Amino acid sequence: MEFFRSHVLVCSGVNCSFRGSRSVRAALVEEIRAQGLDKEVRVIETGCFGLCEAGPVMVIYPEAVHYCRVVPDDVKEIVEEHLRKGRIVDRLLYKGEAQVKGVQTWRQIDFYSRQKRVVLRNCGLIDPDSIDEYIAREGYEALGRALRMQPMEVIQAVKDSGLRGRGGAGFPTGLKWDFTARAAGDQKYLICNADEGEPGTFKDRLILEGDPHSVIEGMAIAAYAIGASKGFIYFRGEYKLSIDRLTHALEQARAYGLLGKNIFDSGFSFDIEIKVGAGAYVCGEETALINSMEGKRGEPRFKPPYPASVGLWGKPTCVNNVETLANIPSIIRQGADWFRSIGTAKCPGTKVFTLTGNINNAGLIEVPMGITLREVVYDIGGGIPHGRAFKMAQTGGTSGGCLPEALLDVPMDIDSLATAGSALGSGALMIMDDSHCIIDVVKCFLQFFRHESCGQCTPCREGTQRLYELVDKISRMEATEKDVELIRRLARTMEDASLCALGQTAPFPVLTTMRFFPEEYEAHIVHGMCPAGVCAAASQIA
Amino acid sequence: MAIAKEQLDSAEKRVLQIVSRYGANEEHLLQILHDVQADDNSLSEAELIQVARAMDIPLSRVYGVATFYSMYSVRPRGKFIIRICESAPCHITGAQSVIRAFEQALGIKMGETTKDRKFTLEYTSCLGVCGVAPAVMINDRVYGNLTPDKVQEVLSACEND
Repeated sequence: MEFFRSHVLVCSGVNCSFRGSRSVRAALVEEIRAQGLDKEVRVIETGCFGLCEAGPVMVIYPEAVHYCRVVPDDVKEIVEEHLRKGRIVDRLLYKGEAQVKGVQTWRQIDFYSRQKRVVLRNCGLIDPDSIDEYIAREGYEALGRALRMQPMEVIQAVKDSGLRGRGGAGFPTGLKWDFTARAAGDQKYLICNADEGEPGTFKDRLILEGDPHSVIEGMAIAAYAIGASKGFIYFRGEYKLSIDRLTHALEQARAYGLLGKNIFDSGFSFDIEIKVGAGAYVCGEETALINSMEGKRGEPRFKPPYPASVGLWGKPTCVNNVETLANIPSIIRQGADWFRSIGTAKCPGTKVFTLTGNINNAGLIEVPMGITLREVVYDIGGGIPHGRAFKMAQTGGTSGGCLPEALLDVPMDIDSLATAGSALGSGALMIMDDSHCIIDVVKCFLQFFRHESCGQCTPCREGTQRLYELVDKISRMEATEKDVELIRRLARTMEDASLCALGQTAPFPVLTTMRFFPEEYEAHIVHGMCPAGVCAAASQIA
Repeated sequence: MAIAKEQLDSAEKRVLQIVSRYGANEEHLLQILHDVQADDNSLSEAELIQVARAMDIPLSRVYGVATFYSMYSVRPRGKFIIRICESAPCHITGAQSVIRAFEQALGIKMGETTKDRKFTLEYTSCLGVCGVAPAVMINDRVYGNLTPDKVQEVLSACEND
């Protein structure tokens, strides 16, 4: 085995890639070779570190020095100064809002130190293309353990952990497994839902890209527990680039006998196939996803029966989100009590969030459930850029709720956010500063829903269109109080009568903004003006 | 309207080849349509008829799937499909001005294709690269942190591809 005195880990996550991390890596490899250090220093591509706003990001070990915004022109200096002479290149270190002198290692940066990484524990630390590095970090140990347990014991362990689905609905995972395990039928299926379409969410993609084996291992354990011999990962059609990495990981797992027949000589056989969608938000809904996998239009089915009894091709099927499955190996390895020691009593564990919008450290974070919104926005997110003021945070993606500054101290967990009138949802967290208009952004959410409504049921198909028109009317300063009443009635109908969560939650952003930002509605409707100066008529007057 | 025999014949061989790659089972329809569409970014009537025949699925069903998912198109599209994200994180970081810049640079509106069949402008839902919003995806490549000034540069990068 070869030994290297230094390892340079370059982020190959999707955000850093688009900021040019590939050319940085190529330049680095070239320069290291040119300076004759290629026997001493190794360059590794790794998954997302999370600090996407400061990309391309790299970390140099053993010092754990964290460089940001590296361009190919910086490479020569990094090799010459840091790798050859051991001098840190100060100008490339992370500079947070509250600059701390001497911050060098990535663990000292607030953005990382305030996080708790369970799901992302390997992201940015290992080479995701190498199954050996995953195994070296206790990978597949949990699968070995699970296969020595009875399936019902595995389910009990997950039930005891209190893990709830991380895709948005928050249903107890152990219970879902139990239903599928108890369903009658010889053939059962496990599906990993990687149809990540909630606007502002990219966690599943980065988990799959940064640590694909954690999901594969989680799937194998789940399949054993519910009695499935076949699993599928359903990807969004737009995620073509991540599919390659997963295909490679699956091949490696098969070659090591971690997928396939008679795994660990236990008599348990399991394999995974990749399925690719073609662009439809509604396919994130599990019955729509199943229809899509069968080669049909991705329209949701009537429930009940639930997939646990009648799912893919009519067989009992368990559908779990990527992040949910990535939690499983740690739960099996470290136990339910350990998992319950993180987060809140009703929502144990961590949650991965994607920070977007007007925030300094846009990117990917993992924090214990129950951390406050304020801590996420200011301590980890680094606050609002350009000296502007916080106006609104939308939690849970486009179908989530919009919270004002007064609610910044709300704990971020499934129940607390629901009580506050919002939702945890998929973990999307969009921050908006005071230069934006609430009406204008709500119109943007509704534009999304009227486009993505699958058209199957009337309350959603007609409702999303009419809601858009009504809010558009407000933005054009043509609405009256009557229209507000109409919005309320329409919203109630959609919530009660829509077939799936898409139509049921589409009115959510309208209702929460009407509740928390009544003055913005009043300004547009009563005074005919847009306080932020964004809406059409207002800008014409101005 | 009847469709010309030559069009049907020319689509037949390619479609049969693609279908035989996956098998005629209906579960493969989405992947098969992805592959059939790969040559010119659109699904012609002749191609849809041949897929229905080869897989023994009613044409109405194939058409239903082809028009349900936003990545397929039954109308001709350009060589480069510029999918501009219109989701909220891109919206509040300036997607509107980027959209206007693309429309101006190409002389077409959103949803249209340039006369030389080179570029098509489409909206897309979130691309999952909100860390570099506003973003667009051109065929398989994503471009982020866009401003109106960078639009021409992005278009030139495509032309030189």
